[in-house]
Amino acid sequence: MTWSADSASPVSTTTPPRRQGSPVGRRVVLGMLGVGAVGVLIGRPAQEALQSTVSATVPGLGAIVPAAGGFRIYTVTGGYPSMDPAAYRLEIGGKVTRNLSLSMQDIAALPQTQMTKDFQCVTGWRVDDVPWSGVLLRDILIAAGADSSATALRFWSFDGAYTESLTMAQSLRDDVLVATTMYGEPLTREHGGPVRMYVAPMYGYKSIKWLSRIDVVDDVIPGYWEVRGYDIDAWVGASNGRNDEPIV
Amino acid sequence: MDVTTNPSSDARTRLPRFTRAERYLHRIVAALTFVLLATAAALYFPDISVLVGNRPLVSDIHVIAGFVLPIPIVLALFSRAFRNDADLLNRFSPDDWRWLRARDRRSGRIPVGKFNAGQKLNSAFTLGWILVMLATGSVMFFSSLFPDDIRTGATFVHDWLTLAIFVVVVGHIYMAMNDAEARVGMRTGEVSAEWAEREHPQWANEQHNR
Repeated sequence: MTWSADSASPVSTTTPPRRQGSPVGRRVVLGMLGVGAVGVLIGRPAQEALQSTVSATVPGLGAIVPAAGGFRIYTVTGGYPSMDPAAYRLEIGGKVTRNLSLSMQDIAALPQTQMTKDFQCVTGWRVDDVPWSGVLLRDILIAAGADSSATALRFWSFDGAYTESLTMAQSLRDDVLVATTMYGEPLTREHGGPVRMYVAPMYGYKSIKWLSRIDVVDDVIPGYWEVRGYDIDAWVGASNGRNDEPIV
Repeated sequence: MDVTTNPSSDARTRLPRFTRAERYLHRIVAALTFVLLATAAALYFPDISVLVGNRPLVSDIHVIAGFVLPIPIVLALFSRAFRNDADLLNRFSPDDWRWLRARDRRSGRIPVGKFNAGQKLNSAFTLGWILVMLATGSVMFFSSLFPDDIRTGATFVHDWLTLAIFVVVVGHIYMAMNDAEARVGMRTGEVSAEWAEREHPQWANEQHNR
């Protein structure tokens, strides 16, 4: 083989392809933009269909790939706080007849409630049919002798930053749980273990993780996200400008 | 055939392949892509999230890197060499389709110019994902401006395209790991004539005929 232009080699018989040939690259880019736009438009039903298919065929994939229907793990602080369950105490105070300091054993000794309900985040993702268990907040308020004239509750996280609020009426619902297990296992650190709130009918930010203290108070004091613009009454499908299906 | 009679096959003969601007562009896009994928992993996969922590910081880095990514590409359009290469990457010849279908695409039977069809598709995919991720990421970042369904749809596209990008980027790096001279070309801007003759014979021939 030589490099002369009159060589029989195929490499030298063709002219430079500049400005020749079809603009396939441009078509690929435009095609991706088109598919992306369609994906945005049909993404919501597509995500729901994909999620139910995946959870039916590959259960557990959502725990690894959140887009397959799992939780996305948020924290407002620099880390994910960790707590030895043996050292854990849930403090109940404020307008109560008995200040409580509940260990995990104390919480386990209270009436246990289980529920399987969705978890809906205000950013759009939803995890279907999560089995939760723990103690109804109502039962803890009864145990502490909460003042019946008090109108609100304030929640504190041991992450040092997160707070939440509920009205007393909301707190007495039978789908508002002080949760200690999820999927039949003790709550893990990233999901807010050892104890978190699960406020079923409201967006996830109401379900404060790493719960350390509950105060019975006279006024709703907006929590961490509520002072940052999110609705205080965070009903799924009827707040924060969203139209998600309510959680029943 | 006796390669010693071929002047361009001299191992010391270097052919200019990429200008300095193109090499910097590649390096900047690569670095930003790495930052985006690493921060994406820390934001997205629960186990990595817990390990890394610092979610607000990681999120800020991801958003900034994402909005910065198109800038070097726009600036590179000032480079004539980049514009010429972009045109070469854009155009498919009939040989490119044959090359993609052929089992013996590395044999040299099918003419290959400065870029093979795989490189052309990779570059188009890269530009495509940058635009799609910029658009869907913007919807997620300025979420209050968009209705729920669009936000959820944008998240859906952003999530799943990420997995495709990851696969293609890993493939791109794998191909480069297997071709030291290609890496030299991207690092120094020059490749050996021998490599060019083997991998991009049509281009090597053009270079020689200049």
